[in-house]
Amino acid sequence: MNNYAVAALVQRLRTSVVTSPSGSLVNLVGTVVVAYVAVVAAQRIYQGGVTYFLQTMGFGLAQGSIFALVALGYTMVYGIIELINFAHGDVFTLGAFFSLALMPAFGLVEDKISGPALILPMLGLFVVTMLLCGVVNVVIERVAYRPLRRAPRLAPLITAIGMSALLEGIMFVWKGPFNLHYPGFLPETQVTIAPGVQIAAKALVVMAVALVLMVGLTFFIERTKLGKAMRATAQDSDAAQLMGIDINRTISATFFIGAVLAGAGGIIYGLYYNSVAAFDGFQYGLIAFTAAVFGGIGNIPGAALGGVLIGVIAAISDGYFFPAWTQVIIFSILIFVLVFRPTGLLGMRVPEK
Amino acid sequence: MKAIRTYLRAHMREPNFIAYAAMLLVAVLFPITVQFATNGNADYLVGLAADGGVYMLMAIGLNVVVGFAGLLDLGYAAFFAIGSYTYAILASDHMAATPFGHAIHLPFWLLLFIAMFVAACAGVLLGAPTLRLRGDYLAIVTLGFGEIVPQVFSNGGVWTGGVPGMSALDVPKLPFWIQGPWVDQPFGLTGEEFRFTTANLTAYYVLMIVLIIGVVILINNLQHSRLGRAWMAVRENESAAAACGVNTVSIKLLAFSIGAATSGFAGAFYGAKLSYVSSENFGFDVSVTVLAMVVLGGMGNIPGAMIGSIVLYFILFQFLPNAPAQIQGLATSIGLDSLNHATADWPGLGEEVSRMKYVIFGLVLVGIMLLRPQGLLPSQVRKQELTHAGHHEIAQEAG
Repeated sequence: MNNYAVAALVQRLRTSVVTSPSGSLVNLVGTVVVAYVAVVAAQRIYQGGVTYFLQTMGFGLAQGSIFALVALGYTMVYGIIELINFAHGDVFTLGAFFSLALMPAFGLVEDKISGPALILPMLGLFVVTMLLCGVVNVVIERVAYRPLRRAPRLAPLITAIGMSALLEGIMFVWKGPFNLHYPGFLPETQVTIAPGVQIAAKALVVMAVALVLMVGLTFFIERTKLGKAMRATAQDSDAAQLMGIDINRTISATFFIGAVLAGAGGIIYGLYYNSVAAFDGFQYGLIAFTAAVFGGIGNIPGAALGGVLIGVIAAISDGYFFPAWTQVIIFSILIFVLVFRPTGLLGMRVPEK
Repeated sequence: MKAIRTYLRAHMREPNFIAYAAMLLVAVLFPITVQFATNGNADYLVGLAADGGVYMLMAIGLNVVVGFAGLLDLGYAAFFAIGSYTYAILASDHMAATPFGHAIHLPFWLLLFIAMFVAACAGVLLGAPTLRLRGDYLAIVTLGFGEIVPQVFSNGGVWTGGVPGMSALDVPKLPFWIQGPWVDQPFGLTGEEFRFTTANLTAYYVLMIVLIIGVVILINNLQHSRLGRAWMAVRENESAAAACGVNTVSIKLLAFSIGAATSGFAGAFYGAKLSYVSSENFGFDVSVTVLAMVVLGGMGNIPGAMIGSIVLYFILFQFLPNAPAQIQGLATSIGLDSLNHATADWPGLGEEVSRMKYVIFGLVLVGIMLLRPQGLLPSQVRKQELTHAGHHEIAQEAG
């Protein structure tokens, strides 16, 4: 938790003591729990030693980067049309499946190609897969969400769940129920960053790819006209329309970009874990969505931060505590964050309409 | 007689009245018809219908939360799990194996209400700190809760039976019961104490129908009470409702805990009928299925939610599981038997169709929602609101 969040927490604690006694009790209990967990975690990390800690962190940052890429799509779509796009996690899996099917076309055969020769075909694979995922997501929006934009709010939520089942079903029919082997093109070596301190090269590659994509996204959102249109539509779609922004086109673009990032996430997921199955994406998507909420839903840097934090927390829980409780911890954090700071770590307070 | 005729004449054109009447008729005729049609071998189907009743109960309960009060609950299965586990712990030998050391065997009838109460308490515990959150944040909290609860039960070790769960739970007992040709006995009352077992699934079916009728009457009365009007006021516009003197937090908390109670109630029945609980059976898919039942059927309308649950339950648990065998039979009968056999790149027709079930389920959800965004049997009040309001208000009102 960053300083700002801690300061906000303290502030909330102070104000709530004055205003509501029951709220302050909740806050007090929460603070005690958080402090206790932090102390125990710090103790265990200290006992575990530097190397183990760095390995855990490498793993956490790598899986956090993937969470972040998926979370970005959730947060962008939610920001613009207030829909929890349950199909997004499956678009992510679809990225892994597409890339798996396209690999031979780019000459990417395991054990036949390695080293620098990988870079160019890999780049091609990334681009084509990302575009395909983007197109799929745009079609999903067109078919399942756009006709329901004026319908009761829960109707598109149900079609999103339906679309999720449909995508899972298609991948299931395509490749069957088993875990598929995903070629391990990433180096399995350790990189020495300081004397006696090593970190997995694989994790570094994953982080680098995610970072490049996120910088690209930031540039797109901040500097291009379409990015500006997206920000305007997210803020007030009626006003944006009056300013001459084509809302439908902007929403399509949002879905496209969200899926492009998810598709890339799918590839690096495959490369990192070397295994993928048709139903992987749904649970992964739920966690990524949690990350988006953690950071403040609708907030793009928030989703990235939330994803990385969730990844690191999950890795610490797996590495130092009990792996069986990791999911419980992640979702408990979600509930805690929402109780203490309903708009997430970086979210703005929205006035009640 | 005349009173009944006037009543019928006044109500027979109301969709809800027709739906209730039709469902009651089907509920009575269903076991008789299937037993006759299959020469008395339809126990399985009757039991399946009783299981469907569990989902119907949950749909009715979730309808209170989502349909009446407008709170999106994505972790409804958690309360179902809590109800089931409450039953399992308090009505089996299981506690003898824990540090507690004594088996607890409370009667089913008492446990129905205990499970309900425990689930309602869980609802209050979750709802009290989180119900001040608006709209989708509440949905996300419930989603998290729905993920946590089954995980806690599966990690609960000796107390909850861990991953395998708990089995050999007690069955409901009654001093007497009606017997008849469906259990190969003459008509009459059973002489001794009656135990609900899997040998007599019709008894479970009848029990389920009675429970559903009771719950429908209760919830229907709530809907038309002061509380029901307050729910709808909160759903339509929370700030306006608060300005009119509605205590929105406690109203929402009541909706939440009544929904949870119904789910816990259904959970106790489910545990007793299955005689087994496992955390695998309470995942996100259950929450989503029940939510889809409510929305598909028509939010805010009790018979709508019931019809939605029948339709989806039939598709998910009768149509899709049987589709592979039926298609295989069809292929054989039209001379395409070769399709049924698996080859290197063809898993066989049956397997292929069973893999298609997710595709079919997805298409059904998307299709129904696109064709009838308001649901199969929408509430009349809301239908009027929808047709009279402008487009923009429609987009806003469901929020």
